[in-house]
Amino acid sequence: MRVIAAGLLAFVLAGVAWAGSRAPVLDAPRGEKCVEDAATMRRSHMDFLRHQRDETVHRGIRGARHSLAGCVECHANAKDGAVLGSPSHFCQGCHAYAAVKLDCFECHASRTRAAQAGRPARSP
Amino acid sequence: MSTRPAPAHRSPPAWPSGTAPRGFAALAAAGAAVLAVALGAAHYMEEHGHVVTGMGNQVVWGLPHVFALFLIVASSGALNVASVGSVFGEAAYKRRAPVSALLALALLAGGLMVLVLDLGRPERLVVAATHYNFRSIFAWNMILYNGFLAILVAYLWTNLERRFVPLSTPVGILAFVWRIVLTTGTGSIFGFLVSRQGYASGLVAPLFIAMSLAWGLAVFLLVQGALARWHDAPVPEAFRLRLRRLLGVFVATVAYLTAVLHLTNLYWAKQAAFERFILVDGAPYAWLFWAGWAGVGTAVPLVIAFHPRLAGPRATTIAALAVIAGAFAQLYVFIVGAQAFPLEIFPGYATSSAFRDGAVAPYVPSLPEALLGLGGIALAYLIVLAGARLFDVVPRGIDAPAADGGG
Amino acid sequence: MNPVDTSRRAFLGGTAAFAGVALAPGILLYEYAAAKAPGEAVSSAVRWGMLVDTTRCASGCTACVDACHSEHGVPKPARPTDAQWIRKVELKDLRTGAVRSAPVMCQHCAEPPCVDVCPTGASFKRADGIVLVDRHTCIGCRYCMMACPYKARSFVHEPTAGQKTDTPRGKGCVESCNLCVHRVDRGGTPACVEACADAGHRAIVFGDLNDPASEIAQRVRAATTTQLRADLRTDNGVRYLGL
Repeated sequence: MRVIAAGLLAFVLAGVAWAGSRAPVLDAPRGEKCVEDAATMRRSHMDFLRHQRDETVHRGIRGARHSLAGCVECHANAKDGAVLGSPSHFCQGCHAYAAVKLDCFECHASRTRAAQAGRPARSP
Repeated sequence: MSTRPAPAHRSPPAWPSGTAPRGFAALAAAGAAVLAVALGAAHYMEEHGHVVTGMGNQVVWGLPHVFALFLIVASSGALNVASVGSVFGEAAYKRRAPVSALLALALLAGGLMVLVLDLGRPERLVVAATHYNFRSIFAWNMILYNGFLAILVAYLWTNLERRFVPLSTPVGILAFVWRIVLTTGTGSIFGFLVSRQGYASGLVAPLFIAMSLAWGLAVFLLVQGALARWHDAPVPEAFRLRLRRLLGVFVATVAYLTAVLHLTNLYWAKQAAFERFILVDGAPYAWLFWAGWAGVGTAVPLVIAFHPRLAGPRATTIAALAVIAGAFAQLYVFIVGAQAFPLEIFPGYATSSAFRDGAVAPYVPSLPEALLGLGGIALAYLIVLAGARLFDVVPRGIDAPAADGGG
Repeated sequence: MNPVDTSRRAFLGGTAAFAGVALAPGILLYEYAAAKAPGEAVSSAVRWGMLVDTTRCASGCTACVDACHSEHGVPKPARPTDAQWIRKVELKDLRTGAVRSAPVMCQHCAEPPCVDVCPTGASFKRADGIVLVDRHTCIGCRYCMMACPYKARSFVHEPTAGQKTDTPRGKGCVESCNLCVHRVDRGGTPACVEACADAGHRAIVFGDLNDPASEIAQRVRAATTTQLRADLRTDNGVRYLGL
């Protein structure tokens, strides 16, 4: 029993180490820091977004701290202004790495306002 | 089940060796093939969006809804025989209650499958199950449909498990009340649509109840005949003749309520243009109404039901098929025809726009839609087939005349 | 609400009112009287509405339609499956022969049939009277389209591309005029209203029907206006003049 457990643990650790070595290289964000610290964002961004979506859709609260449009504005690729498109694009890259379906952008714009308007993709 | 000796007066639940009906695998494979094609069609619609259907922003509900509504309404009516057995205690009907309930379950499952797979976002079914707007008759119907499925399972159980047979009467009565409410709810999906000339009537709910009685019984007659042939256990002549007469009465009821609905509309000046469209010059709807529903769906079964020389099993089958064909014609006129007629947004004005204001909306069903609809029928067929194979639902052996009770 | 927030809002309001007076006296003032700060929740003290003056609406002009669809990233409609948030309807009085033209869009009913029938509550009315679809909970059943007396709603029949940040839209959900809610929440005016004014017609007036001082409230008080299908008692936020 103990042997099996140890074997399992070793297998999982090896998997983690292997995955860790292949962590995606993502587009560098704009600005100094995110709206929350990185660990919090990695763990809870979906909850922030879900909460904010109801606040905005139903109560008309705009320009809040946790908005999807805000994510896109800072994390878009500096050239094409998008968060999707290649394994290094911010949202796509990490979601592919974590194997989590990303369906926000089936409806939401995946490019910055500037990119939509045909201007330079992102302000520095 | 296997540890209990079968009571002598009832056919044993397990198949005695060598008596199992033949060809189950082939019959199931045929149904599964149709279902697989239908699921493929639904997937195609889901991938490409509803642009690959004939539906658009004018006719928003089309052929899938005709199939789904037929199956759901017929489901309620397929329970007729069980209801007569459990609510009114008629022994000949009671013996056939399991088939009746199984058929109701199968038809409802088929109808719901079509309805769900036609959604723009079928993968969000869990949203529909967790977010309820209780002002919406549609939300109520989801509760009614799921409740009906649960009640039918319970009813089948009380019929098939000897220990629970005494419970079958109260459960049967609950199922009877539930199905009436369910069909009222289904009719009200349309009856509550205040803005459309073709709907917005309290008569729609009772009309749907009458339709359910006729359509469900027609399907029951077909299935009973097919199962009897498959199991080599003929339906007693007297029982079939009673159902044939009953079918005639139900078809007449539908005809009466349909006539009242259109006559009230004809009395109101604001409805005149719509009635003219449906009854006179709206192709193909007027044609479907008169030839399809009034001719095939009403006149033919009425003649067969009450003509003494048309009492054979084949004539009864033709009557049942005619009722079903008429049902599809009536639903097509009711669902598609009413949407094709332009909404009157500016009374007193002739209107035109790039969005077909004031113009009749075209609708040509596409192949995927038709396949999806057929898939609902295939699912119902498979459920009945599997149910009849797994459970002892088909009455076999002697149907003693005494068992027919006093009716 | 803490005191810092309150003072910030008062400051914003004051600045906006000042800007309105300075930039466009008499025209834009009403907007700012009711404007909320973007971070503030909508309130039922406001009832947004529009007045369409059919005597000023030019037959054949589609400035409002074009502006709407470009604002929201909706492709130019060509087929029956294409979404139309707003359309121009040409009208001819069957008895008198009088000819009118008018845009028709979501009428933002106080008693919206689409909200009543929606099984999941995705179709809803905001506190300030704007009727919207929450596409996160829309299952695409199209019952709201069956219920709408104005054909105001469209179903998205195909995968979408090129969405705008403020107007998410995707296959399988129902959509309709949202009264440019993203602009209104930031104190702005719907795109169609702006476009109509830019085209020189000024046939659409937008504002708060609950604010007696607003232009729209004054105009609907001064002249007889109609709500489409008033027989249904849906109490529309959009009114028509000259029908």
